[in-house]
Amino acid sequence: MHVGILYSRIRRDEKLLLSELRDRGHDVTKIDVREHRFGLDGTTAPVEDVDLVVDRCLATSRSLYATRFLESYGVPVVNSAETAEICADKAKNSLALAEAGVPTPQTEVAFTKEAALEAIESFGYPCVLKPVVGSWGRLMAKIDSRNAAEAILEHKATLGHYEHKVFYVQEFVEKPGRDIRVLAADGEPVAAMTRSSDHWLTNAAKGGETDAFELDDEALELVAAASDAVGGGLLGVDLMETGESYTVHEVNHTVEFKALSEAADVDVPAAVVDWLEARAASAGDEVAEVTP
Amino acid sequence: MTEVECPECGADVSLYDDLETGEIIDCGTCGAELEVIDVNPPVLERAPELEEDWGE
Repeated sequence: MHVGILYSRIRRDEKLLLSELRDRGHDVTKIDVREHRFGLDGTTAPVEDVDLVVDRCLATSRSLYATRFLESYGVPVVNSAETAEICADKAKNSLALAEAGVPTPQTEVAFTKEAALEAIESFGYPCVLKPVVGSWGRLMAKIDSRNAAEAILEHKATLGHYEHKVFYVQEFVEKPGRDIRVLAADGEPVAAMTRSSDHWLTNAAKGGETDAFELDDEALELVAAASDAVGGGLLGVDLMETGESYTVHEVNHTVEFKALSEAADVDVPAAVVDWLEARAASAGDEVAEVTP
Repeated sequence: MTEVECPECGADVSLYDDLETGEIIDCGTCGAELEVIDVNPPVLERAPELEEDWGE
Protein backbone atom coordinates (compact mmCIF):
# COMPACT_ATOMS: atom_id res chain seq x y z
CA MET A 1 0.00 0.00 0.00
CA HIS A 2 1.00 3.61 -0.38
CA VAL A 3 0.50 5.64 2.79
CA GLY A 4 0.68 9.39 3.21
CA ILE A 5 1.73 10.53 6.68
CA LEU A 6 0.39 13.98 7.41
CA TYR A 7 2.62 15.58 10.04
CA SER A 8 4.26 18.69 11.34
CA ARG A 9 6.60 16.99 13.78
CA ILE A 10 8.01 13.49 13.78
CA ARG A 11 7.64 12.27 17.34
CA ARG A 12 8.83 8.87 18.49
CA ASP A 13 5.30 7.63 17.67
CA GLU A 14 5.61 8.64 14.01
CA LYS A 15 9.11 7.23 13.85
CA LEU A 16 7.88 3.84 15.10
CA LEU A 17 5.06 3.95 12.58
CA LEU A 18 7.34 4.91 9.68
CA SER A 19 9.77 2.15 10.58
CA GLU A 20 7.02 -0.51 10.69
CA LEU A 21 5.53 0.64 7.38
CA ARG A 22 8.90 0.63 5.61
CA ASP A 23 9.93 -2.71 7.11
CA ARG A 24 6.81 -4.24 5.53
CA GLY A 25 7.68 -2.77 2.15
CA HIS A 26 4.93 -0.18 2.00
CA ASP A 27 5.46 3.07 0.12
CA VAL A 28 5.42 6.04 2.45
CA THR A 29 5.07 9.70 1.51
CA LYS A 30 5.71 12.10 4.35
CA ILE A 31 3.56 15.20 3.98
CA ASP A 32 4.65 18.16 6.09
CA VAL A 33 1.38 20.03 6.46
CA ARG A 34 3.25 23.32 6.95
CA GLU A 35 4.58 23.23 3.39
CA HIS A 36 1.29 22.83 1.52
CA ARG A 37 -1.82 24.69 0.44
CA PHE A 38 -5.32 23.30 0.42
CA GLY A 39 -7.74 24.73 -2.14
CA LEU A 40 -11.34 24.01 -3.00
CA ASP A 41 -10.37 21.93 -6.02
CA GLY A 42 -7.08 20.44 -4.96
CA THR A 43 -3.91 20.65 -2.94
CA THR A 44 -0.18 20.93 -3.42
CA ALA A 45 0.17 17.98 -1.03
CA PRO A 46 1.24 14.81 -2.91
CA VAL A 47 -1.87 12.70 -2.30
CA GLU A 48 -2.85 11.62 -5.86
CA ASP A 49 -1.35 8.17 -5.61
CA VAL A 50 -1.81 7.34 -1.95
CA ASP A 51 -4.21 4.64 -0.81
CA LEU A 52 -4.65 6.23 2.57
CA VAL A 53 -3.53 9.31 4.48
CA VAL A 54 -2.80 8.96 8.19
CA ASP A 55 -3.33 12.20 10.07
CA ARG A 56 -0.55 12.59 12.60
CA CYS A 57 -0.65 16.39 12.85
CA LEU A 58 0.65 17.64 16.16
CA ALA A 59 -1.43 20.81 15.89
CA THR A 60 -5.14 20.19 16.30
CA SER A 61 -6.13 23.15 14.13
CA ARG A 62 -4.11 21.77 11.21
CA SER A 63 -5.52 18.30 11.75
CA LEU A 64 -9.09 19.59 11.61
CA TYR A 65 -8.72 21.54 8.37
CA ALA A 66 -6.32 19.25 6.52
CA THR A 67 -8.47 16.15 7.06
CA ARG A 68 -11.59 18.03 5.95
CA PHE A 69 -9.91 19.25 2.75
CA LEU A 70 -8.44 15.83 1.95
CA GLU A 71 -11.82 14.17 2.34
CA SER A 72 -13.34 16.74 0.00
CA TYR A 73 -10.90 15.53 -2.69
CA GLY A 74 -12.00 11.92 -2.07
CA VAL A 75 -8.75 10.94 -0.35
CA PRO A 76 -9.30 8.30 2.38
CA VAL A 77 -8.06 9.69 5.70
CA VAL A 78 -7.67 8.16 9.12
CA ASN A 79 -8.93 9.40 11.38
CA SER A 80 -11.85 10.98 9.58
CA ALA A 81 -12.56 14.70 9.70
CA GLU A 82 -15.76 13.94 11.60
CA THR A 83 -13.88 12.01 14.28
CA ALA A 84 -11.26 14.77 14.48
CA GLU A 85 -13.93 17.43 14.92
CA ILE A 86 -15.57 15.60 17.81
CA CYS A 87 -12.38 14.55 19.57
CA ALA A 88 -10.59 17.88 19.18
CA ASP A 89 -13.17 19.67 21.28
CA LYS A 90 -13.84 18.52 24.84
CA ALA A 91 -17.43 19.81 24.81
CA LYS A 92 -18.26 17.93 21.59
CA ASN A 93 -16.43 14.91 22.97
CA SER A 94 -18.54 14.93 26.15
CA LEU A 95 -21.76 15.41 24.21
CA ALA A 96 -20.98 12.54 21.83
CA LEU A 97 -20.23 10.20 24.72
CA ALA A 98 -23.36 11.21 26.63
CA GLU A 99 -25.56 10.92 23.55
CA ALA A 100 -24.24 7.39 22.99
CA GLY A 101 -25.04 6.44 26.58
CA VAL A 102 -21.37 6.09 27.53
CA PRO A 103 -20.80 7.07 31.17
CA THR A 104 -18.81 10.29 31.24
CA PRO A 105 -18.19 12.88 33.98
CA GLN A 106 -20.94 15.43 34.54
CA THR A 107 -20.04 18.54 32.56
CA GLU A 108 -21.41 22.02 31.98
CA VAL A 109 -20.33 24.70 29.55
CA ALA A 110 -20.86 28.39 30.32
CA PHE A 111 -19.94 31.51 28.39
CA THR A 112 -19.49 34.14 31.08
CA LYS A 113 -17.53 34.25 34.33
CA GLU A 114 -20.75 34.62 36.27
CA ALA A 115 -22.44 31.61 34.68
CA ALA A 116 -19.24 29.56 35.01
CA LEU A 117 -19.04 30.42 38.71
CA GLU A 118 -22.61 29.21 39.12
CA ALA A 119 -21.67 25.95 37.40
CA ILE A 120 -18.63 25.57 39.66
CA GLU A 121 -20.66 26.24 42.81
CA SER A 122 -23.32 23.77 41.72
CA PHE A 123 -20.68 21.05 41.30
CA GLY A 124 -19.09 22.00 44.61
CA TYR A 125 -15.39 21.84 45.48
CA PRO A 126 -13.20 20.44 44.15
CA CYS A 127 -14.25 20.53 40.55
CA VAL A 128 -12.35 20.87 37.31
CA LEU A 129 -12.08 23.61 34.71
CA LYS A 130 -10.59 22.63 31.35
CA PRO A 131 -9.89 24.39 28.06
CA VAL A 132 -12.13 22.97 25.32
CA VAL A 133 -9.11 22.53 23.05
CA GLY A 134 -5.82 21.27 24.39
CA SER A 135 -3.89 18.22 25.40
CA TRP A 136 -1.19 16.79 27.64
CA GLY A 137 -2.93 18.18 30.72
CA ARG A 138 -2.18 21.78 29.79
CA LEU A 139 -4.17 24.57 31.49
CA MET A 140 -6.29 22.15 33.49
CA ALA A 141 -7.42 23.56 36.82
CA LYS A 142 -8.62 21.64 39.86
CA ILE A 143 -10.60 24.25 41.75
CA ASP A 144 -10.67 23.87 45.52
CA SER A 145 -12.37 27.09 46.61
CA ARG A 146 -14.52 29.99 45.47
CA ASN A 147 -11.53 32.31 45.77
CA ALA A 148 -9.55 30.15 43.36
CA ALA A 149 -12.54 29.87 41.01
CA GLU A 150 -12.96 33.65 40.81
CA ALA A 151 -9.26 34.19 40.16
CA ILE A 152 -8.96 31.51 37.47
CA LEU A 153 -12.13 32.65 35.69
CA GLU A 154 -10.94 36.26 35.66
CA HIS A 155 -7.54 35.26 34.30
CA LYS A 156 -9.09 33.15 31.55
CA ALA A 157 -11.59 35.84 30.60
CA THR A 158 -8.97 38.59 30.57
CA LEU A 159 -5.88 36.90 29.22
CA GLY A 160 -7.22 34.06 27.14
CA HIS A 161 -7.95 33.42 23.54
CA TYR A 162 -11.70 33.47 22.81
CA GLU A 163 -11.85 29.69 23.26
CA HIS A 164 -10.91 30.21 26.92
CA LYS A 165 -14.16 32.08 27.36
CA VAL A 166 -15.96 28.81 26.67
CA PHE A 167 -15.79 27.63 30.27
CA TYR A 168 -15.86 23.84 30.44
CA VAL A 169 -16.64 22.84 34.03
CA GLN A 170 -16.60 19.23 35.13
CA GLU A 171 -17.19 17.21 38.26
CA PHE A 172 -14.01 16.02 39.95
CA VAL A 173 -13.86 12.22 39.78
CA GLU A 174 -12.16 10.58 42.77
CA LYS A 175 -10.03 8.11 40.88
CA PRO A 176 -7.62 5.70 42.61
CA GLY A 177 -4.50 7.70 41.73
CA ARG A 178 -4.55 6.50 38.16
CA ASP A 179 -6.51 6.49 34.96
CA ILE A 180 -6.56 4.08 32.03
CA ARG A 181 -5.47 4.73 28.46
CA VAL A 182 -6.67 2.30 25.82
CA LEU A 183 -5.43 2.38 22.25
CA ALA A 184 -8.28 1.05 20.13
CA ALA A 185 -8.69 0.47 16.41
CA ASP A 186 -12.36 0.82 15.47
CA GLY A 187 -13.28 -0.11 19.02
CA GLU A 188 -10.99 -3.15 19.26
CA PRO A 189 -8.37 -2.61 21.97
CA VAL A 190 -4.76 -2.84 20.78
CA ALA A 191 -3.17 -2.19 24.18
CA ALA A 192 -4.09 -0.69 27.53
CA MET A 193 -2.15 0.86 30.37
CA THR A 194 -2.67 2.70 33.61
CA ARG A 195 -1.13 6.08 34.23
CA SER A 196 -0.42 6.71 37.91
CA SER A 197 0.68 9.78 39.78
CA ASP A 198 0.41 11.45 43.18
CA HIS A 199 -0.71 14.53 41.24
CA TRP A 200 -4.37 14.75 40.23
CA LEU A 201 -3.22 14.89 36.60
CA THR A 202 -1.97 11.46 35.61
CA ASN A 203 -1.16 12.04 31.92
CA ALA A 204 1.95 10.27 30.68
CA ALA A 205 2.96 13.66 29.24
CA LYS A 206 2.91 14.98 32.83
CA GLY A 207 5.21 12.21 33.97
CA GLY A 208 2.62 9.70 35.18
CA GLU A 209 4.00 6.19 35.69
CA THR A 210 2.66 3.63 33.24
CA ASP A 211 1.82 -0.04 33.68
CA ALA A 212 0.07 -2.61 31.52
CA PHE A 213 -3.63 -3.05 32.27
CA GLU A 214 -5.98 -5.89 31.45
CA LEU A 215 -9.43 -4.74 30.39
CA ASP A 216 -12.47 -6.52 31.84
CA ASP A 217 -15.68 -7.10 29.88
CA GLU A 218 -17.25 -3.85 31.03
CA ALA A 219 -14.23 -1.80 29.99
CA LEU A 220 -14.15 -3.60 26.63
CA GLU A 221 -17.77 -2.65 26.01
CA LEU A 222 -17.17 0.95 27.00
CA VAL A 223 -14.16 1.27 24.72
CA ALA A 224 -16.16 -0.04 21.78
CA ALA A 225 -19.10 2.26 22.57
CA ALA A 226 -16.83 5.30 23.04
CA SER A 227 -15.15 4.59 19.72
CA ASP A 228 -18.51 4.33 17.95
CA ALA A 229 -19.66 7.54 19.63
CA VAL A 230 -16.93 9.59 17.95
CA GLY A 231 -17.07 7.85 14.56
CA GLY A 232 -14.41 5.16 15.06
CA GLY A 233 -10.81 5.06 13.93
CA LEU A 234 -7.48 4.75 15.70
CA LEU A 235 -8.21 6.29 19.06
CA GLY A 236 -6.92 6.82 22.56
CA VAL A 237 -9.82 6.18 24.94
CA ASP A 238 -9.30 7.46 28.48
CA LEU A 239 -11.23 5.92 31.35
CA MET A 240 -11.29 6.42 35.10
CA GLU A 241 -12.23 3.82 37.67
CA THR A 242 -15.14 4.94 39.84
CA GLY A 243 -15.14 2.03 42.28
CA GLU A 244 -17.82 -0.19 40.82
CA SER A 245 -17.49 0.85 37.20
CA TYR A 246 -15.76 3.24 34.83
CA THR A 247 -16.33 6.66 33.36
CA VAL A 248 -14.90 7.70 30.00
CA HIS A 249 -13.54 11.23 30.22
CA GLU A 250 -12.29 11.66 26.67
CA VAL A 251 -11.29 10.12 23.37
CA ASN A 252 -8.17 11.31 21.52
CA HIS A 253 -7.92 11.21 17.74
CA THR A 254 -4.18 11.63 17.02
CA VAL A 255 -3.22 9.23 19.76
CA GLU A 256 0.35 8.91 20.96
CA PHE A 257 1.36 5.31 21.60
CA LYS A 258 5.04 5.29 22.50
CA ALA A 259 4.26 5.02 26.23
CA LEU A 260 1.85 2.15 25.50
CA SER A 261 4.47 0.33 23.45
CA GLU A 262 6.77 0.43 26.45
CA ALA A 263 4.16 -0.36 29.14
CA ALA A 264 2.16 -3.10 27.46
CA ASP A 265 3.57 -6.34 26.13
CA VAL A 266 2.21 -5.57 22.66
CA ASP A 267 3.90 -4.59 19.43
CA VAL A 268 1.77 -1.49 19.04
CA PRO A 269 3.24 -0.18 15.75
CA ALA A 270 2.71 -3.62 14.18
CA ALA A 271 -0.91 -3.73 15.33
CA VAL A 272 -1.47 -0.20 14.03
CA VAL A 273 -0.06 -1.09 10.62
CA ASP A 274 -2.18 -4.29 10.53
CA TRP A 275 -5.20 -2.06 10.98
CA LEU A 276 -4.00 0.48 8.39
CA GLU A 277 -3.54 -2.32 5.86
CA ALA A 278 -7.13 -3.44 6.45
CA ARG A 279 -8.40 0.14 6.18
CA ALA A 280 -6.49 0.73 2.94
CA ALA A 281 -7.91 -2.49 1.49
CA SER A 282 -11.47 -1.52 2.37
CA ALA A 283 -10.93 2.03 1.04
CA GLY A 284 -9.72 0.48 -2.23
CA ASP A 285 -12.81 -1.73 -2.39
CA GLU A 286 -15.07 1.31 -1.96
CA VAL A 287 -13.30 3.12 -4.81
CA ALA A 288 -13.65 0.02 -7.01
CA GLU A 289 -17.39 -0.09 -6.31
CA VAL A 290 -17.98 3.44 -7.55
CA THR A 291 -15.61 3.23 -10.55
CA PRO A 292 -16.41 -0.10 -12.30
CA MET B 1 26.81 8.76 13.51
CA THR B 2 27.41 12.21 12.00
CA GLU B 3 27.91 15.54 13.71
CA VAL B 4 26.51 18.93 12.76
CA GLU B 5 26.76 22.35 14.35
CA CYS B 6 24.01 23.49 16.69
CA PRO B 7 22.46 26.63 15.14
CA GLU B 8 21.85 27.99 18.64
CA CYS B 9 25.20 27.60 20.42
CA GLY B 10 27.60 26.30 17.77
CA ALA B 11 28.47 23.08 19.63
CA ASP B 12 28.63 19.76 17.78
CA VAL B 13 25.40 17.75 17.82
CA SER B 14 25.61 13.98 17.21
CA LEU B 15 23.00 12.56 14.86
CA TYR B 16 21.87 8.95 14.52
CA ASP B 17 21.74 7.31 11.11
CA ASP B 18 17.95 6.82 11.12
CA LEU B 19 17.32 10.55 11.27
CA GLU B 20 13.93 11.70 9.92
CA THR B 21 13.01 15.08 8.51
CA GLY B 22 10.62 16.65 11.00
CA GLU B 23 12.23 15.00 14.02
CA ILE B 24 13.32 17.01 17.05
CA ILE B 25 16.85 16.73 18.43
CA ASP B 26 18.05 18.20 21.72
CA CYS B 27 21.42 19.92 21.71
CA GLY B 28 23.43 18.26 24.49
CA THR B 29 25.33 21.48 25.15
CA CYS B 30 22.75 24.28 25.26
CA GLY B 31 19.57 22.19 25.52
CA ALA B 32 17.90 23.85 22.52
CA GLU B 33 15.24 21.85 20.72
CA LEU B 34 16.29 21.55 17.09
CA GLU B 35 14.16 20.46 14.16
CA VAL B 36 15.66 18.31 11.42
CA ILE B 37 14.96 20.27 8.23
CA ASP B 38 16.85 17.92 5.91
CA VAL B 39 18.73 14.67 6.31
CA ASN B 40 21.03 14.60 3.30
CA PRO B 41 23.05 16.51 4.30
CA PRO B 42 21.64 17.07 7.80
CA VAL B 43 20.29 20.56 8.44
CA LEU B 44 19.03 21.67 11.84
CA GLU B 45 17.01 24.73 12.80
CA ARG B 46 15.67 25.87 16.12
CA ALA B 47 12.34 24.06 16.61
CA PRO B 48 9.06 25.99 16.85
CA GLU B 49 7.88 26.82 20.35
CA LEU B 50 5.02 24.77 21.82
CA GLU B 51 1.62 25.98 20.57
CA GLU B 52 -1.57 25.86 22.55
CA ASP B 53 -3.34 23.39 20.24
CA TRP B 54 -0.54 20.84 20.14
CA GLY B 55 -1.23 17.38 21.49
CA GLU B 56 -3.06 14.21 20.71
